[in-house]
This record gives sequence, C-alpha cells and structure tokens, in this order.
Amino acid sequence: MLLIRCPYCEEERPELEFRNAGEAHIARPTNIAAESDDDFEKFFFIRANPKGVIYERWRHIHGCARFFNAVRDTVTDKFVMTYKAGEPKPAKLPGAAK
Amino acid sequence: MAKAAAKTKAAASASAERRPALAGRTLSAPGVKVEILPPAERVSLRAPQASIAALSKALGVTLPVKPKSSAAKDGRTALWLGPDEWMIIDEAGNDPLADCAKVTALHSAVGISHRNVGISVAGPAAAVTVNSGCPQDLSLEAFPVGAASRTILGKSEIVLLRTAAEAFRVECWRSFSDYVFTLLSEAASDAAN
Amino acid sequence: MNAMFRISGAGRLSQAKTASFSFDDKSYVGIEGDTLASGLLANGVHLVGRSFKYHRPRGVVSAGAEEPNALVQIVRDDARKTPNVRATVQELYDGLTAHSQNRWPSLSFDVGAVNDIASPLFSAGFYYKTFMWPKSAWKSLYEPKIRAAAGLGVSPDKPDPDHYAARYAHCEVLVLGGGAAGIAAALAAAETGVRVILADEQAEFGGSLRFESGARIDGQDGYAWAQAAIAKLKAMDNVRVLSRTTAFGYYAQNFVGLVERVSDHLKSPGRDLARERLWQIRAGRVVIATGAIERHMVFANNDRPGVMLASAARTYLNHYGVAVGKNVGVYTANDSAYTAAIDLKKAGVNIAAIVDLRDNPSGPVIDEARALGIEINFGRAVVSAGGKLRVSSMTVQPKNGGGGRTIPVDAILMSAGWTPSVHLFSQSRGKVAFNAETKRFVPGTYAQDCVSVGACNGTDGLDATVDEAYAAGAKAAKEAGGKAGKGAKPKVDAGESWSRGMLGAAPGAGPGTTVKAFVDFQNDVTAKDIRQAVHEGMHSIEHVKRFTTNGMATDQGKTSNMHGLAIAAEELGKPIPQVGLTTFRAPYTPVTFGSIVGHARGALFDPTRRTATHGWAARQGAVFEDVGHWKRAWYFPKSGEDMHAAVNRECVTVRKVGGLFDASTLGKIEVVGPDAAKFMELLYTNPWEKLETGRCRYGIMLREDGFIYDDGVVGRLAPDRFHVTTTTGGAPRVMNHMEDYLQTEFPHLNVWLTSITEQWAVIAVQGPKSREIIAPLVEGIDMSDEAMPHMSVREGKICGVPTRLFRMSFTGERGFEVNVPADYGEAVWEVLWAEGQKHGATAYGTETMHVLRAEKGYIIVGQDTDGTVTPNDAGLDWAVGKKKTDFVGIRGLTRPDLVAKGRKQLVGLKTKDPKVVLEEGAQIVADPKQPIPMKMIGHVTSSYWSENCGRSIALALVAGGRDRIGQTLYVPMPNGTIEVEVTGMVFVDEKGERLNG
Repeated sequence: MLLIRCPYCEEERPELEFRNAGEAHIARPTNIAAESDDDFEKFFFIRANPKGVIYERWRHIHGCARFFNAVRDTVTDKFVMTYKAGEPKPAKLPGAAK
Repeated sequence: MAKAAAKTKAAASASAERRPALAGRTLSAPGVKVEILPPAERVSLRAPQASIAALSKALGVTLPVKPKSSAAKDGRTALWLGPDEWMIIDEAGNDPLADCAKVTALHSAVGISHRNVGISVAGPAAAVTVNSGCPQDLSLEAFPVGAASRTILGKSEIVLLRTAAEAFRVECWRSFSDYVFTLLSEAASDAAN
Repeated sequence: MNAMFRISGAGRLSQAKTASFSFDDKSYVGIEGDTLASGLLANGVHLVGRSFKYHRPRGVVSAGAEEPNALVQIVRDDARKTPNVRATVQELYDGLTAHSQNRWPSLSFDVGAVNDIASPLFSAGFYYKTFMWPKSAWKSLYEPKIRAAAGLGVSPDKPDPDHYAARYAHCEVLVLGGGAAGIAAALAAAETGVRVILADEQAEFGGSLRFESGARIDGQDGYAWAQAAIAKLKAMDNVRVLSRTTAFGYYAQNFVGLVERVSDHLKSPGRDLARERLWQIRAGRVVIATGAIERHMVFANNDRPGVMLASAARTYLNHYGVAVGKNVGVYTANDSAYTAAIDLKKAGVNIAAIVDLRDNPSGPVIDEARALGIEINFGRAVVSAGGKLRVSSMTVQPKNGGGGRTIPVDAILMSAGWTPSVHLFSQSRGKVAFNAETKRFVPGTYAQDCVSVGACNGTDGLDATVDEAYAAGAKAAKEAGGKAGKGAKPKVDAGESWSRGMLGAAPGAGPGTTVKAFVDFQNDVTAKDIRQAVHEGMHSIEHVKRFTTNGMATDQGKTSNMHGLAIAAEELGKPIPQVGLTTFRAPYTPVTFGSIVGHARGALFDPTRRTATHGWAARQGAVFEDVGHWKRAWYFPKSGEDMHAAVNRECVTVRKVGGLFDASTLGKIEVVGPDAAKFMELLYTNPWEKLETGRCRYGIMLREDGFIYDDGVVGRLAPDRFHVTTTTGGAPRVMNHMEDYLQTEFPHLNVWLTSITEQWAVIAVQGPKSREIIAPLVEGIDMSDEAMPHMSVREGKICGVPTRLFRMSFTGERGFEVNVPADYGEAVWEVLWAEGQKHGATAYGTETMHVLRAEKGYIIVGQDTDGTVTPNDAGLDWAVGKKKTDFVGIRGLTRPDLVAKGRKQLVGLKTKDPKVVLEEGAQIVADPKQPIPMKMIGHVTSSYWSENCGRSIALALVAGGRDRIGQTLYVPMPNGTIEVEVTGMVFVDEKGERLNG
C-alpha cells in the first residue's frame, strides 16, 4: 500500500483513503457545446497513457475529500509530487535534474 | 414556502419515538471498551475562509483550520474534515444548526444528526483496536489528543476523533454502524494480545 | 521416559514436560518446546513424506522454514485439517495429530512410487511433451488425472472455524529477523527511544545462536545472551517483540506484511484467541537481518531420509537435545559441517567419517575434529547414498574418480555452504550483486529505506555481524528521529565464521551423469533435469525454472535456487551473473487465506446496510433482496402466498387503495449555496433556475459523453437549497461525479454538497388513499391539491417530528414520500402503517415497486439503461433543456453516433400470448426465419407479470423502436420463438390522471 501526500492534509496518508481519477490537466472547454467533433474526441476520449511520468488526478475521498493532482512514474509506481487542484503543471520536477 | 394557508390538523398528541441505531450496545474486552454513544446533534458545515470567524462566534467554538485537528468547548466539538469542511458535534443538547442559521456570512450548514452514529472506543488497547481496520498511524505523536480525520475502518468510511490519550470517538453512517461496531468488537477481543 | 534419540543433558528443553503426539496414527512422546520434526527425530523417525512427482520417500532436511520435504497434514478436528505444514516449524503440543502426505496406501508402501521407476517418462518438461495428443483426451483423461495427481495434501472440506486477526502498525525501525544481528540492531534502535518492532519466525529468538555452541556474547553463552536481550527489549515501552512471526512480503514505501502464528502451537487455543494475526507494518526504516540458509550437497540419492543439512542436525542436538543418528557421516564443502560433527561427537554420537570435497583445507575446526579422532577425507566426494526408507550407507570416491568404498551410516550431514537470505531485500526491489569470490548474491543497490545486516548481507563472523547490526540499528533510529542511544554495543567474546563452499552438482552428479541428484527436493528436480532443460533450448534462467519447476514449490527454492542456477550456468558456459537470478516474490513462506482475509468474513465480509424500518419489515415476514450493500424488503408475503401471489396483491392494492414502501436507500444530496441553481443547471440536463421554491422536478444527469448516468427527483427547499435524490446504487458515484465537477471544473461556484442519504428515512405512501393516510398525522402543511400539487415539497412535522414531505410518484398514483430523520423512521412508519390499515393499504417491496413503475413506463437507470442510452433513446427528450448552452453532456449529445438514425430506443412490448412473460435480457429479432446467426435488433430490459393489466408487460431497447410501434417482432428462446408487439411505454393510465386521482 502506497503512501500518498495529500496537499490539503499536508501529510502522507495511506493509499486506501484515496482514489485515482484519471489524467490531469485536461480542462473542460468553456464553450463545450461549440467544440468540433475532433476537438471533443481529443478532450473526452484520448489519453496519453505514458510509460514514465504521468500527471494524474487523485481524490482523497476518504480523507479531506479534495481532488488534487499528482505526478507519478508509471514504471516505478512512485509518486514524484502532489499539488492542489487548479495549480499549473510544475515546471520542474523534484529530482528530475539528471 | 407558502405556509400561510397551512391547516393544522389534529395531530397525533405524542411525538414519534426516537430509536437510535444499536442503542445501548457495548462490548468490554481486556484493555478496551466499545460502546454506542447517545444521540448527538451534528452539522456538516462548509464555508470559505472569510466566513470562519463569524461561524466560530455563532457556534461558540473556534473552527480549526489545521488539518487533522479539532476544537471543543462546552460539549461542542468542531472537527476539521477538509479545507472548507467541518463536522460539528454537540453533545450538550444545544442546536448548532440553529446557531449557524443566524450567520449571514457565506456557508452551508446541513443537519446530519441522524446520519451518523457515534461509537466510543476507550481503554489502553483503544488505538490497537482501531488499528485493526484503520491504516493511519495512531501514536500520540502522529494522532494526538484532539486529532480528527475522516479515514477508513475496514470497508467502511469513518471519522475518527481522539478524545483522550486512550479514547477515540468513531463516527460512521447509520447503516454502517452494525459493521463498524462488530468489527471494533472483534478487534477489541484481540487488541490486548 | 526419554525417546531413543534424546540425549540426556543436551539441548535446552525441559525433559520433564512431555507432550504425546501421533504421526500416521502411531503414538510418540516428545517434549514441550519440540517441533514436530524434533519430536519425530527423537523417536528415530526420519521418513515423514513422499515426494511430489516420484513419490520417493523423504525425511527431514532442515530445522526451519526452508524445509522442502517434511510437509505434513495437522489435524485438530473435523474442520481443522491443515495441509503442507512444515514439521520443522510446527511446535508440538500434547495431543497433536499429524499425517504424512502424498502416499497411498501408506508412507512406507506407496503405489505412486512406481513413478520413481518410470522416471525416464517424467523428465523435465514432460507435461509439455506428453499430453499433446489426441486433443480430445485433454478434457476426459489428461486434465482430470493430472489434477488428481497434482497438489500436496488435502484441503479441508469444512468452513474454517478459526478466526484471524489483523492489525496495522507503525514504527520508526522494523527489524526483520531475531538472530544475533537482529537483536543487536533492535537494541541499538530501541535505546534511542523510537518505536521498534522486532519480528522472528521462530518460537525462540536467537537464530543461529540456537545451534552455534561456540558463541559467547557479553560473557555468556550466545543463546542465553539472546534471551536476556529479548527480555530487556520486551520490557521497553517503545519496543514490540513478535515471535512466531514471518515477514512474508516487502511492499512499497517500507510497508511489510507479517503473519504471526498465534495459537497453532497451543493444545487448546480457546475461542477468543485468533489462529493467526496479520500485521501490516509501515516502518520508517527497515533492518533486514534474515540470516543465511545452508545448502545441501547435490549427489546421487541425496534425498534419502536421514540425509540432512549439517546445521539442522546441530540445531536438533544443541537446542532440542536430539541426535539425528547413531552413526553419522558428514559430506561438506566448507567448515560449518565440522562444527556439527564436533558437537555430535562430543555428545557421544559416532561420526563415521567426514568427507570434504576441498583438497587441503585447514583451520581450527578441522584441527578440533581431527583431535577428537574423527576420520577426515579431503578431496573426496560422496557419490551415492544407500538405503531407501532410511539412508544406510554412503559411497565415497576420490573427487576426480577412482575406486570407492561404502561406509555404513544412518545419517548424512551435508553442507555446500550458505546462501544469504536476500528474499525480502529483493522484494523491496533492491538489486542483488554477485560476489564472484564468495560465490553468492548479496544486497547491491537499495530501492527503499532499508539496510541488510549480518549473514543476509554476506557478512561473515559473529563479531563483524554484531558490529554491523548494532551500527545499522543506531543509524536507522537516528535517521528516523531517535535521540543518541545510551546503551553499549554487545561484546562478542567468541563466535563462529562460516567459510565458503560450492554451488551446483558435486562430482558424480555432473555433466554426463544420469543419477538422481536432487536440486529441488519438493518439486523433484534433479541436476540432470536442469541440464536437460538447457539442452532443449531453455537459455534464460526464467525458462529453466518454469520448464523444470525448480524453485517453484512451496519452499520457493530456498535451498535449491543457487544450485540450479550454477548447474544451468555451467551447462550454458556462462558466468553465473550473466545467467541471472530468478525473481523473489512474496510470500516468503506460504500464507493462509485466513490471515489474508482477517476479520473480513461472515458478517464482516462486507458491510450489510439496513434501513431504519428493517426491523419492522423483518417482523412482518418480508423477504429481502440485496441491492448493493443494502438489504431491501423485496415483498411481504402473507401466509400461504408465494412471491407471485404477494406481488400481485401488493400491485393491485397500491392502485386500488394505497401502499407503504421504504425508499430510504435512495441517494440524497443537499446542494446548498447561492450558486446552487447554477450548479444544478450544469450537472443536470433540465433547467433549474426557474424552478420555484417548494416545487420538484425529475432530473437527468449525463456523463460528458451524452449518456444517462443517473436520474432522480429534485426538490427546491429554498432559493439556495436543493434536496437531490439519486438512484440507490448511484448514490456514491453521483456524489463523486458532482464533487469532481464542483471542485475541478466549476470551483468558482459558491455551493456545497452534503450526503444526506442516511439522515432521512423515506417512507413512500402511494395510491388513491395516500393523502388520507398521511394528512391526519401532519402539522403545518396544507396538503390540498391546490396548496400542494403533484411534484412539490413542503417542510413541517409528521407525528411530531420534522419532515420533508414530497408529493411525487413512482407508481403513477397520487403519492407522497415522507422524509423523517432516520432515528424516527420506524416509529413514523408504524403510525403510518396503522393509519394505512384503516383504509386497507399494503406494505410493498422492491418487486412491486418495479412492476408499478414499469406499468407507467418509468425507467430504472442501470436496468433500462446501460451506459449507452441517451435521453432521446429513453424517450426523455422533454427533460433536456433546449435553451441551455451548457450542461455536462451537452456536447456528447450531438456526437454523430448519438444523433444517427436507427439508434436503439426504449419501447414497450406486449407478447401476443398475454400469459407469456419475457425473460429480461432476451434478444429481439425482426425475422425469426433468417439463418443463424440472426441479426439482433434489441433486447428486453424489464419484464413482469402485471396483475393490474391482466397480462405480461415489458420494456425493451429496440433499434429504431419508436418507428416500429405496432409492428410484430420476435424473441427466439430455447423453447420456441415468442411473438411480440411493439407498443408505447405506458401500460396504465396513459394520460396520467391517476396522479391526482
């Protein structure tokens, strides 16, 4: 069981309290009704599913109940960092300077 | 709501009886006692930062802003559950929902007195009992007296409040109370070992 | 009375406390503190099992968890028959009953042993080669036979009467292994004040100090020092000491799974005591002190009972006071077997000869053995063990060939060297490194905050081990926040050091030989099998492993992996590290299902949720059905009624008079805040801004793809407060869906969501008499049609308690849903029930609810929809706000596929024969005469007998369904094709007049 740092609770908490919520930084278009079929397809159906660093949404559903963002490595399953919902993608990841 | 035309019928003279879930259930094991707590008034309170002062004043207890903490005064406890979420538990027979209703500052107060059941877990083996299904570190360093957190107990969500070094209040939803009480009871029997 | 091989004065058990036990129905006497293995050996019993494939007789090989052979069935009673228990781990208790496994009719005469004679047929990979043809024989012959022959032991056939406890725990320093290293590390860590947990799989702490007679620490015997240190640790508040506890799995972020065997060693555990306790420990730092495991020598017939590891024989002598033979041979490639020979010799056991593969080794233990007058043969090999049910001799030859001689023995002690136990380190994702000089894999690159100390780290010598461990324990504690320790490092006065050894087949079992020299005892893998696998093209160690099954038995190759690897490497002509090591996986030793399940069985398998009126319904004799975690009243049979009769009566009574139904399980969410209506506009297809306070609306929630996600009636309690209902099953996910949008897409809205599902008990009162039933009990609400029309909500009191009273209907009749705080639910129900009785109303369950709503064509999300149904498909276009510019799903609804012609639409079906009730899920075709496979154009989603209609009714999703109304379609079933007519979805009161009736 992983420990995941909740940016709202400001501490690591057991994975059982969390739920994954898919890829992060996919903003719902403000005028969604006007989106073209292609753009809607990209927004709703297409996901990066990378090998390596992924930006994800998680919810501390059995804790503070907040959604937040996490950077995780899909190869090692390690969380690189977490940050609050609405915050931009981190420009630089901790420990990424190789 | 148009109540002007309300006709008051010859209502039943006595109020319907209150039948709390699992009322009176207790279990004693070496080192720990698990018991269903009496009904309490509860409010799910949501509010932005700007409203905290007004709400604290109306409630008579300062809403905590530190994660995993609580504040208590005169039988009323405010548990931090999230950055804009508190659970108010009043065991003194007062009405925190009515207190919130007087506040004009932006907030949401919803009565949940009947939604939850409170269970006391007390004794030297209390932390071990809760740890049978709760994965959090319940040492006094990590979860001191007054610490409060929504978390997991086995397959149920709970809210956990440490009321004393060797005492916890476990809050769960009404229909989960049988499961939670039974799990705590089974765990209690093992906890002193 | 002492057993034959118990040596008086030897060992640490109190010979006064005897424990009688039985093995294969024969009675023996052992001593408290014995394992089953030591108890049997004390009685001269070496033959304890038959091997898996060849059914060869097998004896005790080890004295610990690595035991590959001595697997037995422990029988406590009819329900407690545990198979595959290692006799070397199972502690003796008075009355213990054990049986050998994998033999018939008896252990000494086993019919299956014909496999041994026929062994050329059963060589490596024989399953893959033999059972190829004919294909038809697989099902009827091969598979059943293989399954019958496969597996060890017999599973218990009754429910497990024991219970299992579970616990999460946290500590700063977790020490795995309680030998000298683990104890030293724990002492150092504990002195700093941090939380320390020390776990060891044995009943007694000490590890190799249990057999190392030469160890002295802090001026006392090593084992005595260990016990004193453990007593000291146990007395400290910050330390938890767990014996009989195996760390079986090392997971991410120092999360370690351990099983504590709580009561398997007790004669009468008592009902309160768990059998096992699962510990899930999160540690700041982990100190791995798991020691090393001795390897056997790979030579012909090295599996004969009586042939065992040298350290095991020494443990049996020095700890249990048991001699494993009277005339013992020793076969070794390193020093540590000498110490066993010396201890046995001193205890009065004859050492027939030591056979040492090395040419001219020297050292104090060799000198001591020589001084004791033991015959020592250097540069020689044991090429074969004689005997069958018990070893009777060993044949010794010069290792490079030449004339041999046969020495009579009744036991052979062997040691090929020691393999560091890197299992847990490897599970932690650490990478092992091969030390070419010492020929062993040791921890290389660490992946987690852990450290290996002592023998598992390749550290030789007690002094060096204690030094390393104590320093590591102190460092780990300091890193985890401990203060400087005040204690003193244990001082090693004397200790033993095990020098190296050999890997692979010994002379006589090498390339070109076909003898049965076992590498893996439990899976019957020989050196020849490994070589054959390489010859047949298995060049990766992972392939060799799977082809031969080497290391794949329940002992996970603890003694066999390194030998297997060395033989494969030799055959491949590659150095060992290039061939690589197979992966170590959890569990380290087998773990019972019980301990994994823990408390989660019976009533605690899953929460069973009951509503406030459950007790009343149960007392009325209701039959319940499971709906998710909920128990819901399904129907209320009167005496003599079957389900059909009860449901028919309930359905008719509701429409004729009225009925009470518990709707408490419906999800309920209170949406509060100045932007509540704006939020509702975005989450539901319907318009909400203009919904008046006190009124209700049926809402539809879509996913972004345009498909129906949930539905429910929503009441507006105030301009800034909505009472939203969801489906029973949808409650948690709808809440999550709403929170998701609120928190991440619409965080600017000032609105909050609170689940009130369990705050309110909901009693639906439906039917023409519903108002008359409720009205006398209500205060402060005008229930006239003018003041409270259909689809409205009022707050007031009922039976003296607060209520949110909805006028709404899921039956098509005039109806109300009485919400009262849950603790009042049952009492209010009872009053309503008494009132209803005056009018002849009925209580009804979920089945009647389903029938009544289907008669009205009201859909159930998840039954009539399946995640691919749009509002239009369901005939609910009216509920989509046409003027709205945004809501979740608005764009999805205009996707090309969702507006295409010919989509499946919900329609009604009437069977041509009104008595035939269609099966839900049945497929629909347009032409029943078309060739198979037919083109299926839809399926039945709901189907019931409707007593109110006097016929069957059904709802179905049919391609282009609404254009087919009036047409005849067909439902092919196994017993013939059913003709159906496509109709509208409403079967009762099409105009909806009864809502005010």
